[in-house]
Amino acid sequence: MASSADLKLLSAYAHSLGMRIEDHDEAGMPVVAIDFSEDLEGRPGALHGGATSGILETAGYAALRTELSRQGRNARLKPINVTVQFLRAGLRKRTLAAGRIKRLGRRNANIVVEAWQDDREKPIATAVMNVMVVEAD
Amino acid sequence: MNDIPAHFDPERMGSMIFERAHPGWLDLEFHEKGANWVELKLPWREDLVGDPDFPVLASGPIVSLLDMAGGMCIWTTNRVFKPVATLDLRVDYQRPARDHAAVYGRTECYRLTRSAAFVRGFAHDGDPEDTVATMVGVFMTINPGRANG
Repeated sequence: MASSADLKLLSAYAHSLGMRIEDHDEAGMPVVAIDFSEDLEGRPGALHGGATSGILETAGYAALRTELSRQGRNARLKPINVTVQFLRAGLRKRTLAAGRIKRLGRRNANIVVEAWQDDREKPIATAVMNVMVVEAD
Repeated sequence: MNDIPAHFDPERMGSMIFERAHPGWLDLEFHEKGANWVELKLPWREDLVGDPDFPVLASGPIVSLLDMAGGMCIWTTNRVFKPVATLDLRVDYQRPARDHAAVYGRTECYRLTRSAAFVRGFAHDGDPEDTVATMVGVFMTINPGRANG
């Protein structure tokens, strides 16, 4: 398996906001981590919904790039859509997120992503993403 | 938030809201408004790109732009600033924003109930007829300390 360092899993946007790949979960999917900072804040003391969505999308792309790499595929990814459910307020603490590939076909992928703080069983938000997979020739 | 006046004006309040926190980090600006809608501007920035090979904005900042505009169009429609929390937000991406282009997010609050606000909107990069993304969302009002249940 390629190490995270070999794979470009994070965008400039993700790096700039402070995201990093901290670990891999039991399924081998990268866990995106970000510490709380004012840059992520919406109403005082809580994560901004947009920042939460950005973390979820980043973890979704990281999962998809990991799976494409496992399959030896080199592809460009284009977003089709994302639907985010906000379940709990994100608090002033570290947030983690990881994705699961529900389907990966030749042209598109469907990914479910969870973001949590203390306990993965109590997610603060979940997302479903559809992504177009454009194979590089 | 005692310094926020009861009569919410997105143009006047924008500079205060965009000074700090996540909207401040994104350099969001107020652009236009109507009775139940607002349009915000997300200026181009090198460090917000999503794909190293193509100089187009990542999708994350576009979701943030539309989420923020979503909250502000609710306050504009209500003419009152009351904290809201996003419950559900969907964004469909039609095409990438143009290279080095600022992106605008326009949202309208088309329905308000006692506790929920229904919002729809879109993002464009200069021509509102040629959308970059469309969105629909539901926001809930939140009662600090649940004083009013």
